[in-house]
Amino acid sequence: MKDRYELTVDYVRYLNDAGEPLDELPALSADADRLLDAYRNMVLARTLDQKIIALQRTGKCGTYPSVLGHEVIGTAIGQCMERHDVFVPYYRDQATQLLRGVPMVNMLLYWGGDERGSAGWELCPQDLPISVPIATQCCHAVGIASAMRIRDEKRAVVVTLGDGATSKGDFLESVNLAGAWHLPVVFVVANNQWAISTPRGLQTGSETIAQKAVSGGLPGHIVDGNDYFAVSEAVEHALERAHGGKGATVIEAVTYRLGDHTTADDATRYRSADELRSAWDKDGIKRLQSYLHRAGHWDADKEKELQAHCRDKVDKAVHVYLEKAPEPPVAMVDYLFETLPAALAGQRERLARKVEGVRS
Amino acid sequence: MNASAENAIRHGEGAPVAHKVTLVEAVNLALAREMANDDSVVVLGEDIATNGGVFRATVGLKERFGYKRVMDTPLAENLIAGTAVGMATQGLKPVAEFQFMGFIYAGCEQIISHAARMRNRTRGRLHCPLVYRAPFAGGIHAPEHHSESTEALFAHVPGLRVVIPSSPQRAYGLLLAAIRNPDPVIFLEPKRIYRAVTQTVMDNGEALPLDTCFTLREGDDITLISWGASIMETLQAADRLAEQGVSAEVIDVATISPLDRETLLCSVAKTGRAVIVHEACRNGGVGAEVAASIAEGAFLDLQAPVVRVTGYDTVMPYYRNEQHYLPQVDDIVAAVEQVIAL
Repeated sequence: MKDRYELTVDYVRYLNDAGEPLDELPALSADADRLLDAYRNMVLARTLDQKIIALQRTGKCGTYPSVLGHEVIGTAIGQCMERHDVFVPYYRDQATQLLRGVPMVNMLLYWGGDERGSAGWELCPQDLPISVPIATQCCHAVGIASAMRIRDEKRAVVVTLGDGATSKGDFLESVNLAGAWHLPVVFVVANNQWAISTPRGLQTGSETIAQKAVSGGLPGHIVDGNDYFAVSEAVEHALERAHGGKGATVIEAVTYRLGDHTTADDATRYRSADELRSAWDKDGIKRLQSYLHRAGHWDADKEKELQAHCRDKVDKAVHVYLEKAPEPPVAMVDYLFETLPAALAGQRERLARKVEGVRS
Repeated sequence: MNASAENAIRHGEGAPVAHKVTLVEAVNLALAREMANDDSVVVLGEDIATNGGVFRATVGLKERFGYKRVMDTPLAENLIAGTAVGMATQGLKPVAEFQFMGFIYAGCEQIISHAARMRNRTRGRLHCPLVYRAPFAGGIHAPEHHSESTEALFAHVPGLRVVIPSSPQRAYGLLLAAIRNPDPVIFLEPKRIYRAVTQTVMDNGEALPLDTCFTLREGDDITLISWGASIMETLQAADRLAEQGVSAEVIDVATISPLDRETLLCSVAKTGRAVIVHEACRNGGVGAEVAASIAEGAFLDLQAPVVRVTGYDTVMPYYRNEQHYLPQVDDIVAAVEQVIAL
């Protein structure tokens, strides 16, 4: 029995705020195509995000949580995962979902109040839909990882959550199980400093979130969540461990929620303009762009072209979304169970008749 | 556990064998049968593997099917509920045990917000073919929090099935059906009758239908509707009433949600009278749904108001007073006499 436990949690960043290397970059930096794909995905995620917010403001979409400030984390995760791994997202993971093949139309449908948003998903059909109840997805992640273990599969699960979610039992219970059962899971905590209006400092007395990993016997790492190289390296390493049967990892990716919690929120009520301004100085997209410029991979023309391309892609998806008729109302009955129970047949019929009555 | 049942569980399938078993042994037989039939069936919960469960419902399964498919979990009900959801989305068929229904509440967010909704919210892309088992209800002198009947909480949730066996045969057949069902099932086992009676159960892998009431006894004068352990008192009341010349039809609802209204309404159309018996408290209980369904669907057939014999709208008393809480044969007979007199 040890009489003293020492806790070490490392903090990794490779680029400064201006996108200049602070240290020798990890090997993945040599892969220019990968870096460019990453940058394009980040810009696409942000373009889509701005468009959805505009749609919400004009009554064409429901309440929506912005991805602003999470694009780097999400993109790095999406690039590191194998297609046959399973992604278990929460609601600020648009950047990962784009790389997992979730069509933009589906994201628009989901936030536009249509269940079909989480249907289909042909590229990665085992990925879970967005989890709205905070942290509950962590338990699904360890369940999925258990299924992989039971079947002796070399696959892994990546689950994402916010800093607020680490206060919930779901996270701690799942970290505990992942350690006890040696499960192939990567927990990525996007620590964006705010759980709606509750700042990180009030969320937990724990000095870091990464150290919560230790309670389950897992390694915990902190990375700069706006540093594409740092996040990619950490996720890649954690996935290697998971695929290699070496167990789970917790990664705390430190970023800042640059937008409101959702379109229904007004963050000016609880945080200062100064704080927000200095967070923008650390924006990870701008940082990677500066790096790419400096490395000779990027220029103003390419940027202009990319912006136009992203706007065009998003506009096309929005067009499809807006043109799509709602599902027939009886769909609310039809997907409850595999086969319609007799007890619901009458209700389905009444609903169908009521809808017909409205139409005629 | 008797020798033949234990032998079957340890050594597996083969030809259908008749076993004289209790309700809890029938649960065990059904689990073993379906685990042998289907590799995707896994069992998880607290103390269920090496110890075989605190009621021994899972005894012998780990030895036969291995620790990968029979899993002792950490002591966290929310985790158990959510882990089962994750497993189920990947095509496993988890059967998760909650040690007592009184401890299932920590898992409610997972059960209500995820298990019950996964098919609907992905439009069938993913679904949750899982079973949550829990011993429930009173009458065994258990400590606080071990005796409640809160089945109505789950009956209220769309997307869930709530199934309650009341005999060894129905425990075997309904549990097989629950495991094979592609949607989530809350399977509540009345622990008061876990070992009250033995019945011959053919371990032949044949399931009983879900979403269907079982008419245990036919009669003409009144319909007695119940489920779970109260079926015992209801049947005894029917015997007493027969001696008094009253012919009672006894229906075991078995699947309390979705409710088989048709069987109930047909019976009431015949008898014109109904008494509902359940252990759970009355306010908002499943009896209220049954009574409302009869009022809506068989009002003109009724010769008397529908009456409920239930627990009180109180916290379940500790065991010194639990007999005063649980519906007794006398209570049921008195209610019937009142209804017949009208």
